[in-house]
Amino acid sequence: MSQKNRIEGGQINRDVPLNFTFDGRRYTGHAGDTLASALLANGVRLMGRSFKYHRPRGPMTAGSEEPNALVQLRSGALQEPNTRATTAELFDGLSATSQNRLGTLSFDLLAVNDRLSNFLTAGFYYKTFMWPKAFWEKLYEPVIRRAAGLGSLSLEDDPDVYDKGFLHCDLLVIGAGPAGLMAALTAARSGADVILADEDFAMGGRLNSETLSVGEVSGADWAAGTVAELAAMPNVRLMPRTTVIGAFDHGIYGAVERVGDHLAVPQAGKPRQILWRIYTKKTVLAAGAIERPIAFANNDRPGVMTASALRSYANRFGVAVDRRAVIFVNNDDGYRSAEDLHAKGIRVTVVDPRPDVSVLKDYEVLSGAQVIDTMGRLGLTFVKVRLADGSERTIECGALGTSGGWNPNVHLTCHQRGRPRWDDRLAAFVPADLPTGMHVAGAAAGDLSTAGALAGGQRAAQDALALDGSMPPLPEAEDAPVNIMPFWYVKGGERAWLDQQNDVTVKDVRLSHQEGFRSVEHLKRYTTLGMATDQGKTANMGGLAIMAELAGKAIPEVGTTIFRPPYTPVAIGALAGRHRGAEFHPKRLTPSHAWAEEQGAVFVEAGNWMRAQYFPRTGEQSWLETVNREVLATRNSVGVCDVTTLGKVDVQGADAADFLNMIYCNGFAKLAVGKVRYGLMLREDGIAFDDGTAARLAEDHFVVTTTTANALPVYRHMEFVRQCLVPDMDVQLISTTEAWAQYAVAGPNARRVLEQIVDQGISNETFPFMACGNVTICGGLRARLFRISFSGELAYEIAVPTAYGDALMRRIMEAGAAFDITPYGTEALGVMRIEKGHATGNELNGTTTAANLGMGRMVSTKKDSIGAVLSRREGLNTPDDLRAVGVKPVDPTQRVPAGAHLMAAEGPVDATQDQGYLTSACYSPNLGHHIALAFLKDGASRIGETMRVVSPLTDEVVDVEICSPHFIDPEGERLRA
Amino acid sequence: MIIDHPLLGPRDSSEFTYLGDARLIDRPDPDGGDAAAAFYQYAYLRDNPAGWHRELWFHEAGDRSWLVVTRNTLTHEISKVELASDVARAQGRSK
Amino acid sequence: MRYSGFRVIKEALTGHKGWKPAWRDPEPASYYDIVIVGGGGHGLATAHYLAKEFGQARVAVIEKGWIGGGNVGRNTTIVRSNYLLDGNEPFYEFSLKLWEGLEQDLNYNAMVSQRGILNLIHSDGQRDAFIRRGNAMILNGADADLMTTEAIKKKYPFLNTDDARFPIKGGLAQHRGGTVRHDAVAWGYARSADSRGVDIIQNCEVTGFRIENGVCKGVETSRGFIGAGKVGCAVAGSSGRLLSLANMRLPIESHVLQAFVSEGLKPVLPGVITFGAGHFYCSQSDKGGLVFGGDIDGYNSYAQRGNLPVVEDVCEGAMAIFPMLGRARLLRMWGGVMDMSMDGSPIIDRTHIDGLYFNGGWCYGGFKATPASGFAFAHLLARDEPHPTATAYRLDRFEKGYMIDEKGVGNQPNLH
Repeated sequence: MSQKNRIEGGQINRDVPLNFTFDGRRYTGHAGDTLASALLANGVRLMGRSFKYHRPRGPMTAGSEEPNALVQLRSGALQEPNTRATTAELFDGLSATSQNRLGTLSFDLLAVNDRLSNFLTAGFYYKTFMWPKAFWEKLYEPVIRRAAGLGSLSLEDDPDVYDKGFLHCDLLVIGAGPAGLMAALTAARSGADVILADEDFAMGGRLNSETLSVGEVSGADWAAGTVAELAAMPNVRLMPRTTVIGAFDHGIYGAVERVGDHLAVPQAGKPRQILWRIYTKKTVLAAGAIERPIAFANNDRPGVMTASALRSYANRFGVAVDRRAVIFVNNDDGYRSAEDLHAKGIRVTVVDPRPDVSVLKDYEVLSGAQVIDTMGRLGLTFVKVRLADGSERTIECGALGTSGGWNPNVHLTCHQRGRPRWDDRLAAFVPADLPTGMHVAGAAAGDLSTAGALAGGQRAAQDALALDGSMPPLPEAEDAPVNIMPFWYVKGGERAWLDQQNDVTVKDVRLSHQEGFRSVEHLKRYTTLGMATDQGKTANMGGLAIMAELAGKAIPEVGTTIFRPPYTPVAIGALAGRHRGAEFHPKRLTPSHAWAEEQGAVFVEAGNWMRAQYFPRTGEQSWLETVNREVLATRNSVGVCDVTTLGKVDVQGADAADFLNMIYCNGFAKLAVGKVRYGLMLREDGIAFDDGTAARLAEDHFVVTTTTANALPVYRHMEFVRQCLVPDMDVQLISTTEAWAQYAVAGPNARRVLEQIVDQGISNETFPFMACGNVTICGGLRARLFRISFSGELAYEIAVPTAYGDALMRRIMEAGAAFDITPYGTEALGVMRIEKGHATGNELNGTTTAANLGMGRMVSTKKDSIGAVLSRREGLNTPDDLRAVGVKPVDPTQRVPAGAHLMAAEGPVDATQDQGYLTSACYSPNLGHHIALAFLKDGASRIGETMRVVSPLTDEVVDVEICSPHFIDPEGERLRA
Repeated sequence: MIIDHPLLGPRDSSEFTYLGDARLIDRPDPDGGDAAAAFYQYAYLRDNPAGWHRELWFHEAGDRSWLVVTRNTLTHEISKVELASDVARAQGRSK
Repeated sequence: MRYSGFRVIKEALTGHKGWKPAWRDPEPASYYDIVIVGGGGHGLATAHYLAKEFGQARVAVIEKGWIGGGNVGRNTTIVRSNYLLDGNEPFYEFSLKLWEGLEQDLNYNAMVSQRGILNLIHSDGQRDAFIRRGNAMILNGADADLMTTEAIKKKYPFLNTDDARFPIKGGLAQHRGGTVRHDAVAWGYARSADSRGVDIIQNCEVTGFRIENGVCKGVETSRGFIGAGKVGCAVAGSSGRLLSLANMRLPIESHVLQAFVSEGLKPVLPGVITFGAGHFYCSQSDKGGLVFGGDIDGYNSYAQRGNLPVVEDVCEGAMAIFPMLGRARLLRMWGGVMDMSMDGSPIIDRTHIDGLYFNGGWCYGGFKATPASGFAFAHLLARDEPHPTATAYRLDRFEKGYMIDEKGVGNQPNLH
């Protein structure tokens, strides 16, 4: 079958034939075709099935507002459901399949739903399927779910690449029809930076679908000439195939450019689509208008479409949907379709319900007549017309165009919740309440003539950019007035479709009204009108008008449904861009990362950081064996761990000590130079925020450390206090987390290792526990040394500028070789801190107080500090407050699971018996059994008690003894050694 | 949204982190009469206006300034952007 | 009028002439024993339970616009009771139990669908926290299930377990969780309350409270004064605005939360999945749309719309764990106003004004709470004492230091 409905003319390139398949059948089209136009050229009108009744459907439009002709484009992992055939650009090798059918497209078993339509009216499901109770999940819902939905996802990872970009301009022009082109030209000639975006692959808008002339040339030629002029200007960026999807705050627009969708495979190195964020000073919206249909019985058969779509297929694509067409109009514009089709040799009859229209045309006009029904199982074959005298006539035809008037495309004007205004002259809503900086021109503003569009485009650009002076004269163009009689639906035909995709008919709107769902929001939600993939672009007005009629109100009194972004649906892949899979978030690598990789380390995510979790050695059977080795080696000799990820804040200035006094709940004013102190920060609500150390390197210089997780929030908080609460303090802050590589060297031999590296003496006398200072290492490299310990061993943290981090780790390993120095990861670090009872994020979980943590006395009452006042509230100081305790199993072979709850040794197990919970747990290789940290009600006075930890989730109950959280070296002798 | 930073000019709001009502600058005197009540109101109660709102934004991915932004919570329009430290000083905060 | 399969068939055969309005459209009376301000899910549920469980007949629900037009009509329809803290878990479990019997209680099919909810775990610390939570759920009589990565992979083979930036290390499932057809909840409660004599008064805006000597006597409205023995406010995102009419400042900020729906797709996702290392959660409606969301935009807003950065953030989360979603299309985005409280938990309490009661601060979790919130508020209004599952939701808990802070982020509403 070779394009039997292809006629002369159009903008397709007949020299470029393109082969494609639909449901496995091979067809040929041309460059410049859409999938829909090519199928229509081949005599295929049936392209889909409706959502609920599975009615046969063909294209209703020739644009992105299409509700019916949805197909699955491509196959395999590239399968793209719900693709509009009316906008899918044809390429050689394109393959598409129909969707939402059980069986074949022409024999869909689910079409039985149509026979049951009397039972499946709006909202029927709210009234039934309730008995027996259990059957909803077991029977009804699975059946409904299986039938629901439209196209299918492939269930495979999307293999395409998406990108994001940012653009800036003086004027964004949305839509490249006559108004948009004129606006862009006017702005560009003034020297402004202009972006012109249009969703179509061919710029020109309706001019490409009309036979009108602009000036001396055809509209399409004028558009092509104007586009060429714009393309030659350096201050203009033309963006065809680009849909502006949303108008966001402060002149930011989202736009999706389909870079590779019209190609069999995207070009090498190019993405499939790009999401642009366009920052513009001003905008001209020239998005045109959308023709709306008229509802009548069986107005949804393939072959029934808007009159302007018939005209587009004939004029732009050289396709006669059928050689015999009926046009059903309530306005003069519909006659253009009749004229253009007639001129192409198509036999046309116009049906016009207006009583006194001129019948003196070259084609038949039936004045005062209405289309009352159609016939044709899989496509239109006959139209039934009721004539002015009440008699009926049947016309055999395969194409029926309806023209119920034009709706200005106000979509983007509503994205910031602006409401459009009703215009009686057009019988349509027009833009009213615009986003800041937006101007509207052309049909989108209600100027439906070409001359009006050209003038409006020029004026909008002038207004937007405040251009002075006279403008060049505009080319001559058609300037027909709008002449319309509002006419929404043919009475008597209740199965008349309003929302064709969701199968919402006039009858459903009537039922909605009858049952009290009368506001536009109720109508929409009860009937699903306007909730299909076209979001009601062709359906909402009809539904609204009928509801207004039923309610005896004017249309604007019933309301408008609000248009929300995006203008047309957007691939989720495009909105994600490259942030997917492993690239979801950037990876932060520590200075020793390359070295740790060489050691075979296993890494773990810590926020965005990748930290070495443990360093397995050949022959080790499990991670636990590795971790036990690392812990024992550190406690028995020496280990090294990268602690660079801890947050670091440099605090400098004459008031630095006073500032820290404000930030920490414990005192810092009297900390001596060369000393480190543990500090606990509270939030202003009195809850523990973060802990760490502050080292005083000079009278006016401290280095503060934070936990890895809170590096950013703590820094932000410190800046808040500095700038907002104590703006005159002489203190400056800077985050130096990434400026310094920092390693913990821990264990009885730590000093012996570092003595080989640090140029200065670090004996226990010259550099005791909690000492700190600027030192040099390896013969002169500046470094900072802190005698602090998280592991509980004799330990140091040594910091060097990050660039030397890798070298320092290698030097430490070299110096430590004699002591069999062992690198340890976050697991061993965790075990050692639990053995010492040190808190981390599991304990500082944002709900615990200093008192809960056993540090209540640290909250100084002698000074003001953040959180001190509110930490004294009643609820944070009850007699049975939680206290940090240690937990060990009575039977040392048993595990104690973190996340378990503490209950009395005997008695019932339920929430009312809850005494506390385990925050952290591990196996202690030093003690030879599991240990845990916990919060227990009144825990401080319950040391020695036997209790149960229960974890019904993991099915564990363990008898435990409550003990001190300091399992190892409670007196701290090792640290001071 | 775009925030017109007083030092750096217009910047995308995604460079900033939001905190909330600019009254958080007015931290009560901990030694004042009813400090507990004053701190409760300061930390927890909000005017939460539908309309103009003075609020704190932190230029986290920028120069680390805290800003007081006057923004309309109904329209998101921004009428004024100030350095929070200037606002704090003007309100009498010092050390 | 009772709905039944028989009735649907009968009406289908007789041209649907017999269906009556789902609720009346009465003129306001001059006095009611109890006036509920706010015809959203919580207000309508309160009215239903007041009439059905507490024998209160002279009740009105006053709604500024159309019932169900607020957050009950613009959420992601998820119901669950997977909370950690004692103040919350019994309440949400009570709510889930009410959901389980909702259709029969209301004679309205709100499509309560317990297809399960799964929170993915991505780190050891997260696992510890989820185990504690799962245990709290079970100890409070709810269900919880710790799923292994293998079990998750088997159930959801399309999840990214190969090259995820934050690998899936298990998940906490609540199989009784699921989704409910959100609009139908409002309509079902409204229809039931109406049938029990409650007046539902739409297009009636409250413009003030009449307070005499510290006692609330009724509300001034756009349709005149309406006297009331008690006034209960359940207006979600409008809490700040409404209560300012009574000169109250609340521990609440209003924020915008966006949500999203895709085009209709054949079923791929049976239950609800929540990504634990980014801002993304997703379910699939019975119509086939993927309903998903993420974090609030993060700034005070009454605009009912958000901005692109959050849209992108959510879709990035989607593509991090569901790389098959790349070619699914986002159809619609919308925003609702959330009354974010200072500890992320709600308030159901008397105010310092006699006769004026407040229900709010639901953050972005109010939908799942609808039945229990209505029940507990009805209990408080009818009996002047809190429902046993809602005793912690006091207005003075911030002053006294009894916060219910599930996330542990303190008095900064946009972090909850």
